[in-house]
Amino acid sequence: MSAFVSLRDVSHAYAGAGSALAVDGLSIDVAEGEFAAVVGPSGCGKSTLMKLATGLQFPQGGTVTVAGERVTHPVKIAGMAFQAPTLLPWRTTLDNLLLPLEIVEPYRSEMRRRKREFAARAETLLGSVGLSGQGGRFPWELSGGMQQRASLCRALIHEPKLLMLDEPFGALDAFTREELWGVIRDLHASRKITVILVTHDLREAVFLADRVFVMSARPGRVLVERHIELPRPRDLEVTFTTQFQDIVHELRAHIVKARQ
Amino acid sequence: MTMTRAQSQLLIKASPWLFTIGLVVFWEAVVRVFKIPTFFLPPPSLIAQAFAEFAGPIARNSWITLETTLIGFGLAVGFGLLLGLVVGWSRAIYAGLYPLMIGFNAIPKVALVPILVLWFGIGFIPAVLTAFLISFFPIVVNVATGLATIEPELEDVLKALGASKLDIMRKVGIPRTLPYFFGSLKVAITLAFVGSVISESVASNYGIGNLMLQAQAQFQVPLIFAGLVALAVEGIVMYALMAMLEKRMTRWAQRSGFGQN
Ligand SMILES: Nc1ncnc2c1ncn2[C@@H]1O[C@H](COP(=O)(O)OP(=O)(O)OP(=O)(O)O)[C@@H](O)[C@H]1O
Ligand SMILES: [Mg+2]
Repeated sequence: MSAFVSLRDVSHAYAGAGSALAVDGLSIDVAEGEFAAVVGPSGCGKSTLMKLATGLQFPQGGTVTVAGERVTHPVKIAGMAFQAPTLLPWRTTLDNLLLPLEIVEPYRSEMRRRKREFAARAETLLGSVGLSGQGGRFPWELSGGMQQRASLCRALIHEPKLLMLDEPFGALDAFTREELWGVIRDLHASRKITVILVTHDLREAVFLADRVFVMSARPGRVLVERHIELPRPRDLEVTFTTQFQDIVHELRAHIVKARQ
Repeated sequence: MTMTRAQSQLLIKASPWLFTIGLVVFWEAVVRVFKIPTFFLPPPSLIAQAFAEFAGPIARNSWITLETTLIGFGLAVGFGLLLGLVVGWSRAIYAGLYPLMIGFNAIPKVALVPILVLWFGIGFIPAVLTAFLISFFPIVVNVATGLATIEPELEDVLKALGASKLDIMRKVGIPRTLPYFFGSLKVAITLAFVGSVISESVASNYGIGNLMLQAQAQFQVPLIFAGLVALAVEGIVMYALMAMLEKRMTRWAQRSGFGQN
């Protein structure tokens, strides 16, 4: 089986040819339905990897394919939660959640008819991340962590086949974060979607992912690829086992090395 | 002595009136104390008298000037918004039109009035067109600037959903630009008054501009000043309307508390 998301020997520089590379020789394959996590030092090109895979940036060298097709324009099957919440300030939180449905087919043409149903779906989704009743408020009336959770909901609402999460839990306290791990884990299990998650939290990566990729310092490429054999479904208790902590320690050693 | 919050709020509310009354009193006093001839600078009391005496003509001509200005302004809003969107749509159009627009804006619009008269005769139309020509520029520039400064992050949100350029324009570009647009209306309406009055005083038989010109010919200095005051009042009222509109339409863009206390 060929990979669902595949980057082959990709290099990219933001300022055009000849300038400093953000990633170089980056190769990564993610199978359909797989949960991949990407970790690495700050500035190594993780967000760049996400933008390349979704067609928001195009590589200078190498190839990017998603669902068997060469990426030459932004891919339509992905839901993306950016590192910053990027909610539109002139829309209420609920209307921000509805945005993907106004763009993506088939929802787009049904928007008028099913608006009420969609709004109810958005409310439910907000409830699942602990934001029930907050839909009427503007994003700038929410805390940073609340905005992040809303942005996560926006990535999910159109039920994308590919979910790209760039440090979605960065601004959250440990308890909320672990609660949301459960939300993402269940979502991945029930809908069989492909997930690529960028994170700085190694416990998060090990708990959620089937495979963890460790990237080198800039220009980024994949240094280590680690299968996580922990059986699913995983319970939070698993994070306290020695097997789990050994993997975390192992990954940590890789990152320490990558930073040097 | 410190003020309570309510008192300081009251002071802020009252302060424009206090300043206006202060200016009028000061003006009246200066004219009387220094015995300035009224044909040079009439005191407010005399201007008020002229207002009462010529209430009919002032009202009629104010109305004509207002009408002229608003039609010209309306054209400027429509055309300016459209051109701004077109200019903001593509870098090539932006680069191509920008020098032309700068050049056009540098032309004193009063120099265009004779040409307009040549084409349309004296009266209503050249005044409307002058108001239009002088006021559309800030709207175009602001709308184009709003589009040009869209945060790439917000654009990416839409692109990542597979949105077309038109979608991005509708969902991000236009809403993001509205504060710039409404902000420019305040400037444009004031300029529109300048345009219509210029044209009226050069090439029309109606309007406040024309009224002032005739008053000047007959050496009725208080009436000239009465005309100025009428214009100022119209200008303030329209400006306030635009400011109110701006506030109502773009609440999200005014969440900063900067300058509010
Ligand atoms: N829009 C941009 N223009 C120019 N350079 C950029 C841009 N975005 C990122 N870069 C550069 O590319 C490199 C990789 O950035 P990227 O955002 O992918 O890092 P990251 O791994 O996501 O870091 P972090 O963990 O801090 O989010 C960085 O050195 C950064 O300076
Ligand atoms: Mg990043």
